[in-house]
Amino acid sequence: MAVCIAVIAKENYPLYIRSVPTQGELKFHYTVHTSLDVVEEKISGVGKALADQRELYLGLLYPTEDYKVYGYVTNSKVKFVIVVDSSNTSLRDNEIRSMFRKLHNSFTDVMCNPFYNPGDPIQSKAFDSIVSTMMVQAF
Amino acid sequence: MESLTLSDVEQKYYSELFLFCDVDNTKKVASNGKVLDLFRAAQLSNEVVHQITELCGATRLGHFGRSQFYIALKLIALAQSGLPLRVESLNNVRDLPLPRFVMGKNEQEMRHAVMFADTENQGPYLPRPPGRVQAKKVSAHEMIQPCVPTVDPQPDTTSPVVSPHQSPPTSPHAWRKHKRQASGGNVDRQPSVPGVVWPPFREAQPGPVTGDGLWSAHSPPPVQESWVSFTDTPPSCTLPMHPPSAQLQQENSNGGLLLLTQPESTTVRTVPSSMTTNEIQRQTSGYDDPWKITDEQRQYYINQFKTIQADLTGFIPGSAAKEFFTKSKLPILELSHIWELSDFDKDGALTLDEFCAAFHLVVARKNGYDLPEKLPESLMPKLIDLDDSAGVPEPDPEVGFSASPVEVTPNKSPSMPSLNQNWPELNQSNEQWETFSERSSSSQTLTQFDSNIAPADPDTAIVHPVPIRMTPSKIHMQEMELKRTGSDHTHPTSPLMAKPPELSEETKLAAAIKFPGTTVGDGYSSSDSFTSDQEPISSAVNRQRSHSGTSPEGLKVVAPPPPPPRIITSHSRSSSLDMNRNFAAVPAGPQQPGVVAFPPAVPPRPLPTQTSVPHGHRSVEGDGLPSHPSTSPQQMPEQPNFADFSQFQVFAVDQPADDGEKPSDSGQAERSAETTGTMRTAKNEVQAEERNANSVNSAKVSTPLAPPPKPVRRRLKSEDELRPDVEDLPQKSTVIATVLATQPSIPRSIGKDKKAIQASIRRNKETNTVLARLNSELQQQLKDLLEERISLEVQLEQLRPFSHL
Repeated sequence: MAVCIAVIAKENYPLYIRSVPTQGELKFHYTVHTSLDVVEEKISGVGKALADQRELYLGLLYPTEDYKVYGYVTNSKVKFVIVVDSSNTSLRDNEIRSMFRKLHNSFTDVMCNPFYNPGDPIQSKAFDSIVSTMMVQAF
Repeated sequence: MESLTLSDVEQKYYSELFLFCDVDNTKKVASNGKVLDLFRAAQLSNEVVHQITELCGATRLGHFGRSQFYIALKLIALAQSGLPLRVESLNNVRDLPLPRFVMGKNEQEMRHAVMFADTENQGPYLPRPPGRVQAKKVSAHEMIQPCVPTVDPQPDTTSPVVSPHQSPPTSPHAWRKHKRQASGGNVDRQPSVPGVVWPPFREAQPGPVTGDGLWSAHSPPPVQESWVSFTDTPPSCTLPMHPPSAQLQQENSNGGLLLLTQPESTTVRTVPSSMTTNEIQRQTSGYDDPWKITDEQRQYYINQFKTIQADLTGFIPGSAAKEFFTKSKLPILELSHIWELSDFDKDGALTLDEFCAAFHLVVARKNGYDLPEKLPESLMPKLIDLDDSAGVPEPDPEVGFSASPVEVTPNKSPSMPSLNQNWPELNQSNEQWETFSERSSSSQTLTQFDSNIAPADPDTAIVHPVPIRMTPSKIHMQEMELKRTGSDHTHPTSPLMAKPPELSEETKLAAAIKFPGTTVGDGYSSSDSFTSDQEPISSAVNRQRSHSGTSPEGLKVVAPPPPPPRIITSHSRSSSLDMNRNFAAVPAGPQQPGVVAFPPAVPPRPLPTQTSVPHGHRSVEGDGLPSHPSTSPQQMPEQPNFADFSQFQVFAVDQPADDGEKPSDSGQAERSAETTGTMRTAKNEVQAEERNANSVNSAKVSTPLAPPPKPVRRRLKSEDELRPDVEDLPQKSTVIATVLATQPSIPRSIGKDKKAIQASIRRNKETNTVLARLNSELQQQLKDLLEERISLEVQLEQLRPFSHL
């Protein structure tokens, strides 16, 4: 269960960011922002030759004492960032991958909507519901 | 002025009118121009209008505030009913009919709902817009005046005034409330009134509806809302309620107009309008689903679809749809949501059904209905074929559209979601079945097969084929024979062998073994030349199987046909032997306490399986029962047949497949020993394994399920605990050995009748089943014990440092 999920556009501005409100969203925004650097580093490090083979799932970007940040990049350089609580040890890599996969799928659905202009903030209810299922249930 | 008391109906009506006149959207002041227009529309003489204006104080104020407006309206009503205009009468007159206004032709869509709150109010009702129904009529009076021209095409789309009203027809709600009366009545009642057009009354929330406002450039749609409230009048209204559909349809036409914003819209409109009346008559009154699309609506939608995409079975690409729906002037966010709802298959294009659903949602939204969170069932595209893209529409929409498609849709839609949901499940189950059958059929396959099957619930009716090795090594055969008491596996080796994947010695039992393989067996049979042989055998097996439940050995194994023996292609008898030895050796070495070399060690199935020829079963990759050098090699290979275990061979449970043949009852203890042995071997030293193997070999007797697990459990303890177990093992093994010894060698008597074979088959099956179950249990225990061990070790580690201090 994530505490924060963010979708960052290619130009590195957020298309969608949502976090569990209990802990101060600003902190998560900051975390996501800093994680972008790590993402850039990872995707640029692969090199042009391997660009095709670059895997979309980036894995753990960096851990802090409170939480861990995972990243995922699409082929169009749209980044998904998931922040999970460190205390939540039961989350396995596979689960994170599946979360990203779901995110990617619903993001694709949003993109397919002709009324959505790429670059607009994502306001789709379907997307929201998918994200809700993945977020820690706020109490 | 004096305080004005208005009835609810009047209140609503007036507020709607006020909003209508509130061109500037100030909500406070009605523009003079509009108000005057309105008053004139009341068909009162100018003088009267003047008088009214004065009376209400507007002249004083110079503008029409809300209260002035209301007063004026009331006065108009008074005037219309022929009462003298008196301020005092404002409050005195009861049951004043609502003021009636006749509007000039407006955009066609003006509809108006005439509704009266009071039943007794026979007052004038606003003329109905052409064909638009809605008139909720007071029951007593059919006053609806349908206005005019239902078919009156109002060509001037540009008509200025009340355009906004054209907005979508009353919400279905309204309709719902008022049961439609015989539609016929409605039609009749539609006197042609020139130009009506009041926006239909909608039931919708009285508050202004923002959504609808988009339609017209003029006054806000909210008016409609308020009008609607009017319609809340008691359901007793006999107004032929236009079925919501009709309204919507009108809406559609409106929508069409707006959307198209082209002259042709008029034509479009007319079409629906004309249909409306018919529709009214036709529509059922009992229809409560607000999302249902009526025939006219559907027809309208289809026409619209055609304008974009001529082929009704084709798709509308997203961009075209976007343009189309953008014309409806709904906010992009809402359109986006509508798209999400209606694009059922998420392909970025709209099929006819999807388009209709989207259009319907647009219309509804314009009418003020909030968009649902999920697509209503009646709007779900009919999936004619689940495999097809959603909503493949009927090619011929025009034709049987009436009712059928609509009805079909709802029928399907409710089922659709369930179908959709079931689909994956079905698929899964299908897959499972498929895999299962695949497993069965692919007898040649593979060790993996065994592992897969291992967990299979032996109780399931699905019997995975007992792979019979078609190429049974002669050795195997011989071994089997040796071991066999007498099941006539005479030729068993061949046909039988062919089948079970487990090269297990079981082949001997072959026939028996292959039970599960009955069907499978056939499959296998095809695998090799042994086909012919196998068939009878399989049939025998079948028969066996049926008897399995009543196996004489008293195997308590549950009757369900044991899973087909796994094919251990890699392990021919000889190889299995090797493997056994290998594995035996291995565990001896590493002997990692908690580590169970899973692949190698297959806990030997309890004896029962052995007895009943489990040989065929679980394939043996296991031949794991390897390490059983002591036991006759022949026996060993058999055990692996128990397949499941064979994987874990270490246990070297040579499932005495052969033994299985013999109804050795003695085996029970041994069997348990074997199983335990198998379990243990994983953890234990080789010896145990060996012993186990031995025991297993000997076991073959009915499987006492209980005993096996127990010892196993014990075995699965930590190493320390194991030691004592190990000791037990030898004891057991000895016992087993004795038993084994006692077991008569498998008579090679080919002459043995099929009966024996069948019996052995049965036994083996049972054994197999039991062993399979045992296996899973044991494995579970093993895992648990491993965990315990690990935790204990951790504790130990923690304690150690202290001790060292």
